[in-house]
Amino acid sequence: MWNKNKRLISNLIFVGALLLTLVCIELFAPPTSMWFSVLRKVCTFSLAAVSMNLLNGFTGLFSLGQAGFMLLGAYTYAILTIPVEMRSNVFRNYGDSVINFQMPLVPALILAGLIAAFFAFLIGLPVLRLKSDYLAIATLGFAEIVRGLVQLQNFGPVTNGPDPINMFTAPKNIMAYVAISGISILIIILIINSTYGRAFKAIRDDEIAAEAMGINLAHHKRLSFIISSFFCGVSGAMMAMCNTSVSSVSFTSAMTYQILLVVVIGGIGSVSGSIIAAFIFYASSEWWLKFLDLETFTASGSKVPLLGPGFRMVVFSVLIMIIVLFFRKGIMGTREISVYDGLMKIRSLFKGKQAVKEEK
Amino acid sequence: MAKNILHVENLTMQFGGVVAVDNLTMDVNEGEIVALIGPNGAGKTTAFNAITGVYEPTNGAVSFNGVQIIENHPQGKMKKLYAGKNADKYKHAMTKTPDELTKLGMARTFQNIRLFKSMTVFENVLTAKHLRRTSNIFTATLKLNHKEEMRMRAETDELLKLVDLYDVREEIATGLPYGKQRKLEIARALATDPTLLLLDEPAAGMNPQETQELTKFIHYIREKFSLTILLIEHHMNLVMDISDRIYVIDFGEEIAEGVPAQIQSNQKVIDAYLGVSEDE
Ligand SMILES: Nc1ncnc2c1ncn2[C@@H]1O[C@H](COP(=O)(O)OP(=O)(O)O)[C@@H](O)[C@H]1O
Ligand SMILES: [Mg+2]
Repeated sequence: MWNKNKRLISNLIFVGALLLTLVCIELFAPPTSMWFSVLRKVCTFSLAAVSMNLLNGFTGLFSLGQAGFMLLGAYTYAILTIPVEMRSNVFRNYGDSVINFQMPLVPALILAGLIAAFFAFLIGLPVLRLKSDYLAIATLGFAEIVRGLVQLQNFGPVTNGPDPINMFTAPKNIMAYVAISGISILIIILIINSTYGRAFKAIRDDEIAAEAMGINLAHHKRLSFIISSFFCGVSGAMMAMCNTSVSSVSFTSAMTYQILLVVVIGGIGSVSGSIIAAFIFYASSEWWLKFLDLETFTASGSKVPLLGPGFRMVVFSVLIMIIVLFFRKGIMGTREISVYDGLMKIRSLFKGKQAVKEEK
Repeated sequence: MAKNILHVENLTMQFGGVVAVDNLTMDVNEGEIVALIGPNGAGKTTAFNAITGVYEPTNGAVSFNGVQIIENHPQGKMKKLYAGKNADKYKHAMTKTPDELTKLGMARTFQNIRLFKSMTVFENVLTAKHLRRTSNIFTATLKLNHKEEMRMRAETDELLKLVDLYDVREEIATGLPYGKQRKLEIARALATDPTLLLLDEPAAGMNPQETQELTKFIHYIREKFSLTILLIEHHMNLVMDISDRIYVIDFGEEIAEGVPAQIQSNQKVIDAYLGVSEDE
């Protein structure tokens, strides 16, 4: 019991320190710093990855509908938060928007999640009967259908058809993103640690045994699908905020694969793994490796070989292959980060070395 | 007469052209330990699966505690293919899913152990308490079910102590030695608060000493939890020791029923086990 408390306290201290660091970056980093755009993206995709992990990693349902649910969330949020006076301007190709009010940020975010969850509720019943690969194909298809539908001219007065939506509320400070993502991930962690989380894991481990232990498969799979889609919708809304513009072309299946990659790199079945992986993934692809895309010249004036547009993605892909090869189960496997255990390990390493020194 | 707990009537399970269980009728009364035996491939596990809702039987009916839980008759493609008996006896089609039956008080173990492999011993048993929850997803997430959660955890620990697995509660279930995994599977089934326990080859892979301990253990839990037990078993010593009555099936069909002494001296049973073919 005492050990458990120590773990909790050291983790809380760790999270506190992390938050403090983020506040410091917010306050003291130069406004042009890459930290801002990268951290916004990391928060957004951490949530997307964690909610995908809830379904794929903790419940064992291989779904690839993330882009579709994120699109639903992004559009819902964007449409609802455009200031009334801007609406006729945004929807100029369709006369005006059918919606003539502006919602505050938080209710719009919740609604973004609810709309995504509602669609999950609708398609859950038929789709979740399918097994593994078929489920993946059906959900992938769903995402593409949604993407096609919002572009239709007929829906123009609601979705602005193929034209992008902009001018909606989009906070710039990273603490807003940290708060939305943090609270959502906290809720997911609470679910995973509840009796329902255990039921989800039981289904993942052995469906037949789970059912024999009285766990209603259809009900619990659907529940996990709806919860995961809710938070996918919220992360879609965050993505809209990041980009300050929403267009259906950005919600491709390539984005779903990117999130899947983050989940796999972090560890299927590890929340902290997904967050760490999201940070590494977006910080390196959008920032640390950016220099590889620039044509660079040495002091003597000769061009550095290989560096140039596109080279960044080559290096990035090689790095991902290396990570996947060396960490078969992702960075964290199914474990979670524990500061206390980490410290104990370091201490024992240190002590070990000292002991060796003393012997000499 | 004791109260009837399980009544299986003309149960037939046919896969394509293979009749795995053929017109099986059996009764299990309150407090009894009944064994279902037969050579390998006789259809014992299939019968279990049809009784517990894993398979929809092709024909026949099952009641549990006097309430009908399963009934079916040959339908669709099976109408033509059906090779069993009593094809016209049943008119309705109803099946309950395994989780509904577990809620009604039927719990089981599996021939090829099925533990939750990522979970500890403690979590395996605790997960089986989920079905008796009163919380919903919101109250559980917000930890408003704290009292219930604490009660479930306390009950789980108590159960683990009873079955002598408390000292390994933090170990990953699938890392346990074979005998303890079997015991854990029984403990997990007990955590669902059953009235009827179905055990599929609980002594498989155990040495004679472990088998003897298991015999005692099954008697103990029957008393402790006022259970009725239906078990499939190959260890004849255990079966003869423990059972009040025995059903013997071969090629899906019942060939004998009776108390252990009757079964031991039954010529049909001896033939079936020695592999004498029917037309000899
Ligand atoms: N799902 C299935 N599909 C087709 N045949 C099956 C299926 N399950 C069992 N059988 C067949 O039913 C027969 C009985 O198997 P089983 O019930 O496992 O025997 P046992 O008495 O050893 O438990 C076997 O011939 C087996 O091949
Ligand atoms: Mg069997």
